[in-house]
Amino acid sequence: MATNLLLSIAWTHVTTRIRQTLVGMCGVAMGVGFTIMMAGLMQGSQIDFLRQLVDTMPHVTVGDERRSVPSQPADQEYAAVGMPNVANVNRRPGIKYPDTVMASLKSWLPGDVAPSVKTTAILNHGDARVGVSLIGIDPRLEVHVSKLGSQMLEGQLTDLSKAANGIIIGEALAEKLAVRYGNSVLLGTGGGTPVSATVVGIFKSGIKSVDEGQIYSLMSVAQTLIGQNGLVNQLRLRLSDPLIAQQVATRVEAQIGYKSVSWQEANSDLLGAFATRDFIVLTVMGAMLLSSSFATYNIISTITHEKRHDIAIMKSLGMREYSVRRIFIIESTMMGSVGILFGWLLGYLLCYGWSQIKIFNVLTGATVPLEIYYSPTHYLATGAISIFCCAVAAFFPARKATRVHPVEIIRGAS
Amino acid sequence: MTEIALQTVKLVRRVQGVVTHTLVDGIDLSVAKGEFLAITGPSGSGKSSLLYLLGLLDAPTEGEVIICGQATSKLSETERADVRLTKCGFVFQFHFLLPEFTALENVLLPMRAYGRMSTKDMNERAMSLLTSLGLGDQTGKRPNQLSGGQRQRVALARALANRPEIIVADEPTGNLDTASTAQVFGILRDIADGGQTVVVVTHDAALAARADRRIHIVDGKIHETTFGGDRKPEIAAVTPAAECPS
Repeated sequence: MATNLLLSIAWTHVTTRIRQTLVGMCGVAMGVGFTIMMAGLMQGSQIDFLRQLVDTMPHVTVGDERRSVPSQPADQEYAAVGMPNVANVNRRPGIKYPDTVMASLKSWLPGDVAPSVKTTAILNHGDARVGVSLIGIDPRLEVHVSKLGSQMLEGQLTDLSKAANGIIIGEALAEKLAVRYGNSVLLGTGGGTPVSATVVGIFKSGIKSVDEGQIYSLMSVAQTLIGQNGLVNQLRLRLSDPLIAQQVATRVEAQIGYKSVSWQEANSDLLGAFATRDFIVLTVMGAMLLSSSFATYNIISTITHEKRHDIAIMKSLGMREYSVRRIFIIESTMMGSVGILFGWLLGYLLCYGWSQIKIFNVLTGATVPLEIYYSPTHYLATGAISIFCCAVAAFFPARKATRVHPVEIIRGAS
Repeated sequence: MTEIALQTVKLVRRVQGVVTHTLVDGIDLSVAKGEFLAITGPSGSGKSSLLYLLGLLDAPTEGEVIICGQATSKLSETERADVRLTKCGFVFQFHFLLPEFTALENVLLPMRAYGRMSTKDMNERAMSLLTSLGLGDQTGKRPNQLSGGQRQRVALARALANRPEIIVADEPTGNLDTASTAQVFGILRDIADGGQTVVVVTHDAALAARADRRIHIVDGKIHETTFGGDRKPEIAAVTPAAECPS
């Protein structure tokens, strides 16, 4: 059957029923527009959060442990006997030959690597005592692997070497200890005499646990506290593309044997929660698109009912049932297509509108614009789903109407 | 040898309901090419049902409808639609034109559905059909801008569009005034004289009398057959005088 005949009949139907057509188009447009807005908001906030998270932490952290505890010689020799309470073989902490390892990693790594010394420490200031995680860094290399340099509120990274035992602490920790920039604090480990340290910088990462529980010093300071000169127990990697961190971590671990943790692995609980959230969001968006197609269903039902005489006459003239049915599906997809275009516009405008609204960000404490993610995928996916929904929504009333035998209508009319 | 355009063999149409109702009850009928056949009968006699069977709009419960030598009882709904498109032209009591389309577009519809002619040829044929039916100046009008008689003539032009062998008309003059009735009947007469077969259901005895043959249906059976006075010898040959009850 000539398609342009069906097209011209469909076109005539939709253009002579402007009001119904507009209602149908509005339904689709709103479904598409709101879905795009929601996708932009949800993905925007998620990406914004992840970006802060990824910015704050190294993309891959290589520790000095193995992923599984090495088996004991006693276990290997006398497996059948079972030897309880055998202590691990005393192992010297730290990554062996860190410079060699780093040089080898740098040969292929799409990013940068910096050594650090991680230990736990206790900060004393007046009556306050706070256990923190101390990371000894090399300020010149640190700028390549973290955003710490740009997160400084007071002082800068290189100030670490300007004072004996200089440390950089988080803003939240400074408040907790009532410490100001330039103050002296006592820095100790579990045993031994604490040393006096000077606060040469205050940073704010936006992540509370870091701001409250992580401090930085020179590597040598940390090594002295531990009592192991030349120790490097952590390599931190920053990649040009954070999304390949997992693959890089796997490769590093395979190459050097030390446990390498990507930021994804370190935050797997969070990412798991995001996956659940994504699923919920997709379900809601699908439901929105589906419900918007009910407007189309209603309108095609009405049109086919009003047009039952036309359907009867077209069939009696010799047009095939499926050709007549296609007319209404074409009408629906015509309405849907224009509706989708308007929906895209609406979605874009809504996203733009939201991006103008500033909200208080609990992470940074700043009032910032809502982060909106603009993606062609949102537009294409909502468009494709909507067109499909429109075609399906039209199919059922069209099939019902075109199945009616023309004689029934013709007899009914006379 | 006269060609038979339309033939039925023991045609039966029943409607299954709470009680089974027989609309058409074993009708045998042969209609010659170029014959003008009128079907009359009281309301509910089954004359329209017979017409729908003849035009393949409806499928018989039993028996056979043979159109131009082609048996149709085994055809699928789609195949019957194809036969209707090319071999049958319909005119109904209500014009059943598509209201959003102009007279010209309505006449073009069957040709476009068939899709065997160029757009130019289709337009020329539609124009010449409308002109020959006295509607040359009404082609751009929509059905609601036309009078009842004009609409019915547009419907006739549409029925003729694909040069069907058979024109099937169900009370084509039922809603028309006397003048338009005479005009439409005149056109149908001309169509038959031109070689196409015309089968008309009508209440109007005076008009039926102008047909080559008139069959009177009662309770789904042919009750009486009357022949027109001036029917052509080749048509008379299809139904010999011996069968004629009068």
